[in-house]
Amino acid sequence: MTHLPLVLGALLLIAAGSAGAAEYNQFQPAQSTLSFVSKQMGVPIDGRFRRFAASLSFDPARPTTASARLDLDLASIDAGSPEANDEVAGKAWFNVKLFPTATFVSSAVRPLGGERYELSGKLTIKGKSQDVTAPFTFRQNGRSGVFDGSFVLRRLDFAVGDGVWSDVGTVANEVQIKFHIVAAPAAERK
Amino acid sequence: MPENRYSATAIALHWLMALLLIGLFAVGLYMSDLSLSPQKLKIYSWHKWAGVTAFLLVLLRLVWRIGHPSPPLPAAMPGWQKTAAHGLHHLLYLLMIAIPLSGWLMSSAKGFQTVYFGVLPLPDLVEKDKALGELLESLHSGLNYGFAGLIIVHVGAALKHHLVDRDDVLSRMLPFRVRNIPSQRATSKP
Repeated sequence: MTHLPLVLGALLLIAAGSAGAAEYNQFQPAQSTLSFVSKQMGVPIDGRFRRFAASLSFDPARPTTASARLDLDLASIDAGSPEANDEVAGKAWFNVKLFPTATFVSSAVRPLGGERYELSGKLTIKGKSQDVTAPFTFRQNGRSGVFDGSFVLRRLDFAVGDGVWSDVGTVANEVQIKFHIVAAPAAERK
Repeated sequence: MPENRYSATAIALHWLMALLLIGLFAVGLYMSDLSLSPQKLKIYSWHKWAGVTAFLLVLLRLVWRIGHPSPPLPAAMPGWQKTAAHGLHHLLYLLMIAIPLSGWLMSSAKGFQTVYFGVLPLPDLVEKDKALGELLESLHSGLNYGFAGLIIVHVGAALKHHLVDRDDVLSRMLPFRVRNIPSQRATSKP
């Protein structure tokens, strides 16, 4: 009986610990964006994907155990103009009939100090896989966790825009991909 | 002998712009029906760069013209013709400013920033807006057809002065000396 305060104290500590080390694994599609900047004739053009799914788990207390998977619906692209959207669905670009989805599967997350981390994994577009690495930041926003990162993809590594479009003087090979992923913590276990 | 001619600078600017604007008009007509290709992206960029150049040249020309008034019109010209000539010149200047401006704004509204020669980005004065983009497209094209109509009047009037009135209104803007065969009016001077 005399140990009751101690036991209660310990329980409280555990509760506090688990609250601080929440695992973020509930993807919030409405608040997340996947955008990109392509360059044509030196002109930056903003684009984005309207539909993509993510499954992830990230615990800031144990970042190296984090994992993420992204599936994006290539037909949901907004490449900047209706004309461009029609074009990039075609064979020379994404060939969405044959390859409707692009996939990213993480292999490792490395803390870089503070709120900065580095994500590595395999990106598959149009049947071609490449290892990619992207720095990102993790911030808490209210109850949600917000992941922001970007990396540069070379479209020709995935044969995106081949044939006449492989002239990188017109449409640059480098495309900057920016992700803003919002996830809620795992449902409270009480 | 008093020189009833435009200055060499004014003459050079006039003919340089004449060539540039005819080229811009022809390319503009041709490119608007092209389907998307690297070639189309190049031609659009060239058209925009040439358009910015025309805009800068017309500003230079206006500054020059303010400091160097035009030689007077022939005294024998009826007053209404002088008024019409001045009015037409004002309209041409107005359109030479309004047309590139409408093109620049249209480009911004359609989400394609103008980057002069692929290196110097011009600010987007309007946000990307589909309806505004279409409105500005109609405006740009309408102003161009209006300009083309006025140019026909301008050329017709110059030829009429040279061939019918036999005065020096055309020759004073020509880069080389073409003396009109002295007409009765000219020889009857004391």
